[in-house]
Amino acid sequence: MTHAGDRVKHRTARRPERAGGVLLRLLLVAAFGFGLAAFTPGIAQAEGEAVFGALQTSKSGPIEGVKVVVQTADGKEVTSVTTDADGKWSADLPGPGQYVVKVSASDLPDGIKLSGADSRTVTVEAGRRQPVSIGLEDGSRGSGGGGIRAVQLLVDGLRFGLLIAMCAVGLSLIFGTTGLTNFAHGELVTIGAIIAWYINVDGGVPLIPATILAMIAGAAVGALNELGIWRPLRRRGTGLVAALVVSIGLSLLLRYLIQIVYGGFSNPYAEYQSQLAVNYGVFTMTNRSLFSIIVSIVVLLLIAVMLQRTKIGKAMRAVSDNRDLAASSGIDVNRVILVVWMMGGALAALGGVLLGLSDQVQWDMGFRLLLLMFAGVTLGGLGTAYGALVGSLVVGVFVQMSTLVIPDDMKYVGGLLLLIVILVIRPQGILGSRARIG
Amino acid sequence: MGELLDALAIALKAALGFQAIFFALLAIGINVQFGYTGLLNFGQIAFAMLGGFGIAVSVTQWGLPFWVGVLIGVLAAVVLALLLGLPTLRLRADYLAIATIATAEGLRLLFRSVSATSVTGGTRGLAAFNGDFYALSPWPTEGRYSILGTSWSGAQLFVAVVGWLLVVLASLLVWALMRSPWGRVVKSVREDEDAVRALGKNVYVYKMQALVLGGVMGALGGMIYAVGTGSAIPDQYQNANTFLAYAALILGGAARVLGPVVGAMLLYFIVQFADTGLRTLISKGAIPEGLLSATDVAQIRFVLVGLGLMLLLVFRPQGIFGDRREVMLDAR
Repeated sequence: MTHAGDRVKHRTARRPERAGGVLLRLLLVAAFGFGLAAFTPGIAQAEGEAVFGALQTSKSGPIEGVKVVVQTADGKEVTSVTTDADGKWSADLPGPGQYVVKVSASDLPDGIKLSGADSRTVTVEAGRRQPVSIGLEDGSRGSGGGGIRAVQLLVDGLRFGLLIAMCAVGLSLIFGTTGLTNFAHGELVTIGAIIAWYINVDGGVPLIPATILAMIAGAAVGALNELGIWRPLRRRGTGLVAALVVSIGLSLLLRYLIQIVYGGFSNPYAEYQSQLAVNYGVFTMTNRSLFSIIVSIVVLLLIAVMLQRTKIGKAMRAVSDNRDLAASSGIDVNRVILVVWMMGGALAALGGVLLGLSDQVQWDMGFRLLLLMFAGVTLGGLGTAYGALVGSLVVGVFVQMSTLVIPDDMKYVGGLLLLIVILVIRPQGILGSRARIG
Repeated sequence: MGELLDALAIALKAALGFQAIFFALLAIGINVQFGYTGLLNFGQIAFAMLGGFGIAVSVTQWGLPFWVGVLIGVLAAVVLALLLGLPTLRLRADYLAIATIATAEGLRLLFRSVSATSVTGGTRGLAAFNGDFYALSPWPTEGRYSILGTSWSGAQLFVAVVGWLLVVLASLLVWALMRSPWGRVVKSVREDEDAVRALGKNVYVYKMQALVLGGVMGALGGMIYAVGTGSAIPDQYQNANTFLAYAALILGGAARVLGPVVGAMLLYFIVQFADTGLRTLISKGAIPEGLLSATDVAQIRFVLVGLGLMLLLVFRPQGIFGDRREVMLDAR
């Protein structure tokens, strides 16, 4: 707190400048209309070796009736299959080994081209169902020109930013009320997504009730966190740095337990997968993305109303502002913190389901999102609920829009770079007060 | 019984091998930063990655001699420490924590990305860069040697000897530094930053020096690891490794010269023993396949480390050798 002056003087922003002519490179590198999402209709049935996949693009939807030929490494044909109405195909193999999967380009509908070679060589291990992805290109991104693509990315970015915001509100409120930088918050996201996945795919429950169940479970996990770990630690007087390292331990423990239970694969939910992108003029969007945006906005508005109008919301803000003063004016601080944890857990679970809907369910999805949540929360101002919202939106849009200049697989790097740049320019964030950073 | 002895021998070898050295060097670096200065560097693995790739890229891609690669790795670590420290060292402790963990993850994603493949080899990484190093070995690197019931190849032995030499040198350096006036200032920065500032010391510069020094030690650890495995692959440098090193440090005792070294050996012994033990139990059917399969065992070590880290921090934050008063830190 003593060196506020130095901090302000210290402005050496190194923001990457947008280079010209990058669109060409981008056209080459960015993965266009991913031909494939690895569809697993229930991994439980896996016994012998097989290769499988699906052919679809965002514009055409699933592509039916394409012949897929599987050969051995020395060119002998093993089997050939055609894609079904969902664009999926699957071929059983005689045993483990190296195989070549070929798609005949002439079977593809007009306007759809292979973005790379027409064959892929895969190595299948014993007992493993190996997903094979063949890149397809439907021209929907390349032809639109820079301006339209920017609008498209802006919309994607808003969806992503709202999703980050929903997860980050809990993180920020927990920081505000307890001072804990919770590195295990990403695991709350993963747990929510995976609980919903088990209920949805294994339990056969439709996704919407499954999500509600997952949110309840998420709230329970949040409460368990608070009651089982953090409240006793606060009572023991554990320091904030020690608590931070404990949260890292918890994050490691949960993350790798999840990997053991769930596995290292990425799986989609059972519904809403093969949706066509609806054209809105300057951009296209699947209905599930639209739904995701609407749900996020409604939930975030509800949170805002709750923070402003309800008694518990006011109590949350009071505890965030000054814990001792709140306690002395009759607020039950521990109860408020418990509610914050439950709310954070439920929101993280919902965010996890929405993330799983767009990017599939993975064991480390939450951890990867956590760093972007931190970026959003830091940008908005650590410990403020509205700051987390604004900051996350900016981060989401920035991450998606950055693919205009940098390759797709590096977009998270852009988000993390943004985080560092924020720390240089305005460490207290957009809405944060200077007193918090000292 | 025989299996138990085998598992013990494998674990003993692991506690003396290059992986333990890797974690010891990472932890010595973290000890300078976290133990003595109170800086939360959660991106130590990024320094190690720069060290490993400094050698790998220099030798295989740029055709430079091995030792120039070592120099480049160290320089890269210094630069990274300066870049990280400049914006964050004036802020509260958790800002450095967030920035460093984000950088470590970002750098790994960058190194494994398609566009970086021409330099770093992408997800496949680089290999075959340690020829110059093994050429210095005084004994033939192909032969097998038996020590304390464990079998080593000449190459493994050479890496281990050089590595432990580095650990000893690093520990001596830390020991000497912490007895010096510099060490006293750094320790008082940990205890009360404002008081040090009131005495006219430039806290920022001391913190930066500690960050750079610890980062260089991390880079040396990464070099030993890259040479030991014979390859540099971005995904070897997972974020979780930083916390393995933290666990090693806290287990041994932070702010003690030998804490990180003993901690790393002990931790790697425990981890490897659990690993081999579980695999044996699974292959003999003592643990049903449905509960835990052999492929899951690799994950168990991180679960154990996570649990251990939590329990240590809560019940014995000073570890084996530490002083409780020195490690009960609070955020600044």
